[in-house]
Amino acid sequence: MTRDYIKKPENIVAAKPRLLNDNTMHYCPGCSHGVVHKIIAQVIEEMGVEDKTIGIAPVGCAVMAYNYIDVDWIEAAHGRAPAIATAVNRLNPDRLVFTYQGDGDFAAIGTAESIHAANRGENIAIIFINNAIYGMTGGQMAPTTLEGMKTATTPYGRRVDLNGYPIKISDILAMLDGTCYVTRQAVHTPAAVKKAKKAIRQAFENALAHRGTSVVEIVATCSSGWKMTPAKANEWMAQHMTEKYPLGDLKNTVE
Amino acid sequence: MEEEIRLMKGNEAVAHAAIRYGVDGYFGYPITPQSEILETLEELMPWDTTGMVVLQAESEVAAINMVYGGASTGKAVMTSSSSPGISLKMEGISYVAAGELPALIINCMRGGPGLGTIQPSQADYFQATKGGGHGDYRLIVLAPATVQEMADFVGLGFDLAFKYRNPVMMLADGVVGQMMEKVVLPPYRPRRTAEQIAEQCPWAVTGKPATRKPNVLTTLELDPVLMEKHNDDLQEKYRIISENEVRYQEYYTDDCEYLIMAFGSVARICLKAIEELRKEGVKVGLLRPITLWPFPSDAVERLASKVKGIIVAELNAGQMIEDVMLASKNVTPVYHFGRTGGIVPDPQEVIDSFYNYFTPEP
Repeated sequence: MTRDYIKKPENIVAAKPRLLNDNTMHYCPGCSHGVVHKIIAQVIEEMGVEDKTIGIAPVGCAVMAYNYIDVDWIEAAHGRAPAIATAVNRLNPDRLVFTYQGDGDFAAIGTAESIHAANRGENIAIIFINNAIYGMTGGQMAPTTLEGMKTATTPYGRRVDLNGYPIKISDILAMLDGTCYVTRQAVHTPAAVKKAKKAIRQAFENALAHRGTSVVEIVATCSSGWKMTPAKANEWMAQHMTEKYPLGDLKNTVE
Repeated sequence: MEEEIRLMKGNEAVAHAAIRYGVDGYFGYPITPQSEILETLEELMPWDTTGMVVLQAESEVAAINMVYGGASTGKAVMTSSSSPGISLKMEGISYVAAGELPALIINCMRGGPGLGTIQPSQADYFQATKGGGHGDYRLIVLAPATVQEMADFVGLGFDLAFKYRNPVMMLADGVVGQMMEKVVLPPYRPRRTAEQIAEQCPWAVTGKPATRKPNVLTTLELDPVLMEKHNDDLQEKYRIISENEVRYQEYYTDDCEYLIMAFGSVARICLKAIEELRKEGVKVGLLRPITLWPFPSDAVERLASKVKGIIVAELNAGQMIEDVMLASKNVTPVYHFGRTGGIVPDPQEVIDSFYNYFTPEP
């Protein structure tokens, strides 16, 4: 088998999606963001909706998501992506509008916008990356940080008597009448990636079909913030994160 | 439909004017004394006629970010609030200015600081004209003195906002927002089509056709050299606006020996006081800035050089007076007359203040 043979279009079995450009990603080795970006680019491409898609980027590690996926983007103020997405879709109802947000953005500073956009049943898809830490600012406690977990602002571990409990915001959103689909996925194994991709496709289809708000939580890793190797972070995530944040559908009114 | 003469509140006139101008979206949150804007829009149901989107947001913070999102897609969008709510919007306003987005923001000012009072005030002059939000940015600030101007400045505000890709603030006070007057509402004009928006706003985030590169609306730039360049570009734009968009009105200034400066509703109270003073043979003129930024500094300088003194009358403890002092370059004394706390003075108080500062020769 020669190199040329492998590169023939009919022989390619896996490739980088066209919408994922060649810019060098600023994410750390082992970070889940790159995988989720790739899935999103694949889904947009497979659905053939790049000319209809408007992404809303957060403040956090994914603040420059617009540098990697070649669709139109708006970069939001911290936590406000669901409010921005609301207006974009209300004023442009035929567009596929999705937000991409981390746990601090979505479940701390932006809680009001998250809950009310979902409660209004805005026809948007929310991709929510939960890695239980503030990655970009250097590893501080997130609203989803697990009890006992050490961060830059909980150096002796999160104490519920001081810091409260890790918030399960997707469970809250699943209770709202405006959401049609709330699911919790991961991207730590090829099988998980496949399921996460299917969930994101479902969320995007729901948005385009005006079925209400869809939320895809991705339980993710932050090897830098967690101070672990990428492999160890994946292992730790599967062991500890999924205990508090079990994977699977929390709500699906579409099936 | 043609223009129409009606009797209504300033806030109601804003709602009617917005629909007639062809505004695409309004996003607001209730707060006294401006809730009639949202209430009137909900009552008129423009989504059934012009297709205008009207949405009551969960907070002022959400509302201004809805404006940021809507404006990013090239739509003509607006929000309104009153002082405490405008403070909440300030982060978003900084983003709208940084993103060079056209938008109209209305502040129907009430007394502060803090929760303050629901009565009229002009104490947000500094906030509107000097910044309010973070970073070096400017809003074009329009100060209506009549219900007619509240209606007219919707159209003027959007025209300026799109011309310069810059947010415009209509800085009304609770008096003009709440009082009823005759108003000529403009004729209806259609909202822009998608094609017109694409032509007018090639930067708009609308979904990327295969024929162009992605449009990205971001206010983040980590490279200091590029960030300084962005600031330089903004400052150049502000310079052009300052040169071209100063608006003001003069009353009795041809022969004036004294000058009163006031904006909004206070200018009308001062005009009444000036008419009384003129009956007593005292030659007083009025300079009413219509744009608070850009400020009519040249007009102030010109008039300052020929009068014996200036009184700046405001519903605050002394804010516009700082711009008047800068512009008048110390060639004549400048004094302040103000009421705070939501109290609106009558013309006699302005006259008393005049005689307190000046002793005209008989």
